[in-house]
Amino acid sequence: MIDKKFKIANKKFKSRLIVGTGKYKSFNECAKAIKSSGAEIVTVAVRRVNISNKNKARLMDYIDPKKITYLPNTAGCFTAEDAIRTLRLAREIGGWKLVKLEVLGDKKNLFPEMIETLRSTELLTKEGFQVMVYCNDDPLMAKRLESAGAVAIMPLAAPIGSGLGIQNKVNIKIIRKQTKLPLIIDAGLGQASDASIAMELGCDGVLINTAIAKAKNPIQMAEAMKLAVISGRKSFLSGRISPNLLGSASTTNKGII
Amino acid sequence: MNIKNKIKITVNGKQMQVIPKFSLKSLITKLEMPLNKIAIELNKIIIDKKKISKIQLKKGDKIEIVHFIGGG
Repeated sequence: MIDKKFKIANKKFKSRLIVGTGKYKSFNECAKAIKSSGAEIVTVAVRRVNISNKNKARLMDYIDPKKITYLPNTAGCFTAEDAIRTLRLAREIGGWKLVKLEVLGDKKNLFPEMIETLRSTELLTKEGFQVMVYCNDDPLMAKRLESAGAVAIMPLAAPIGSGLGIQNKVNIKIIRKQTKLPLIIDAGLGQASDASIAMELGCDGVLINTAIAKAKNPIQMAEAMKLAVISGRKSFLSGRISPNLLGSASTTNKGII
Repeated sequence: MNIKNKIKITVNGKQMQVIPKFSLKSLITKLEMPLNKIAIELNKIIIDKKKISKIQLKKGDKIEIVHFIGGG
């Protein structure tokens, strides 16, 4: 079966894996992992420049935004106002409209504050941003985000950076059934098989940072995630067999001696 | 220029002193910031980078200069 292209806000991508650029030992390692992952979109954060160390390396010197799509995020924002301020600044750096909204509600579990997230989605969409929304795995909230103008629904698998894998497959399946928007698992994956499971549930893509950046060998793990996403997608498209409680012999009994 | 004539501004949370009528562009140049990789906020208002030569800094101005860093 020929797969349709991965499309976000009318832009087509070959890779269904989006990777984060945080937590790497160096920009060099990060750039190598991105290459190895085959990702065409990377998330980035907006922060103050270090004015006392002018020669400090910059992300943009290692990852060329002309070759890789930058997806500015709102990491560390707890209100709609913070998020909007951050993304307006991101847009000013170089015209980014496609953004990842992430409004948190708790500093420990890092769960999204969905009321503020919904409000931010509405406001940002009105301002012309194309908003990919990090959210909880609540199908009702996903519907509301869709009505508010989100261009992608990005539910968590588990808390950010936890590596626990998808905790509520049922909810992800329900969201998959109800939305035609790109559905991307964002946060909480730990290993390649988690990425495959996300794709087998029918998700359009996955977003991974910690599971790659903090692996013992990030560059190899980036490749493993790339293959897992491809594999999971193919598995989904191929149409799995129905699970059975009892066995079904692979070899016929005809001609048995 | 006598130091008394200098005005105090805050850049990324740090106090700095500049001469009166110092432009925002001069500040960016002084800090050696590549314009195509940053965004600037002056007293919480985002500044169009094309217009920074026309903006003169005033006493108490709060400037934020941001760029992209690694994030998830």
